[in-house]
Amino acid sequence: MKLLNFFIFILIIFSFNLVKGDEINLQNKITKNLRCLICQGQSVYDSDSEFAISLKLVVKNKIDEGFSEDQIYKFLSKKYGEWILYDPQFNKNTYFLWFLPLLIFLFGGAIILKKLINIKK
Amino acid sequence: MKNRIIYFFLVIFLIFVFVIFYRGLSNSNLYTPNTDIKSIPEFTSETFFQKKTLNSKDIFNNNKFYLLNIWASWCVPCRNEHSLLINLSKSEKIEIIGLNYKDNFNNAKKFINELGNPYSIILIDRDGTKAIEWGAFGIPETFLIYENKIIKRYIGPLNLKLVDEIKNYIK
Repeated sequence: MKLLNFFIFILIIFSFNLVKGDEINLQNKITKNLRCLICQGQSVYDSDSEFAISLKLVVKNKIDEGFSEDQIYKFLSKKYGEWILYDPQFNKNTYFLWFLPLLIFLFGGAIILKKLINIKK
Repeated sequence: MKNRIIYFFLVIFLIFVFVIFYRGLSNSNLYTPNTDIKSIPEFTSETFFQKKTLNSKDIFNNNKFYLLNIWASWCVPCRNEHSLLINLSKSEKIEIIGLNYKDNFNNAKKFINELGNPYSIILIDRDGTKAIEWGAFGIPETFLIYENKIIKRYIGPLNLKLVDEIKNYIK
């Protein structure tokens, strides 16, 4: 019985760990998608500048307050502009960005198709 | 004929690339966010001397101009702009609020004692989170506020030209 209690105790401790772990994972995921504005070329996650340290803290606080990932992105892009996100949101300013690869793909496909038809002939 | 067309397009393409990169050389690599925060953020903070908690609503509520200045004793440009702030604080139409950013209390106090205190209230931002509420990313940074709206934002230290601009606003 004692042994069982012991195992249950250990199990509970590990499950707490998982909850905390999830939170940190989310925080890391978000900060990896944020551009450090004063040390460009680095994400907030990678940087140790004053700005990035504070921003990590803000993200952590927002997660604790129950903000979702999208809400945090929205909050920060309202303060710092879309540029802070490495993965820009889909809106009328970024249509070109998002559709360009698709257009190039279709264009390439059309060229290949035309060549194939020519060969068949 | 075909070769000539390819050659022609290649030259045009190279010129195009060259122009783009050449223009890029003169671009500033310092990004200034093009944000649309117009209203002041809501936050609570501790004051520097009295150590009492203040809400942002209770600070910017008078019908006058406010200047929020984010500063720290470890920030060298802050030291340079400080005399300009003292000069501005002599005007009665404007109230200067300081936000002490990630600073050591004793050092900040020494800084104020040495250079004078232009601030009517100094708020403390120990971990930098309040500055982020304002959308600031480096210090010094200054916001001109009127009727709970941010009308102008100055990234970097103030200079004589900018102070004149502020004086024009508050005329």
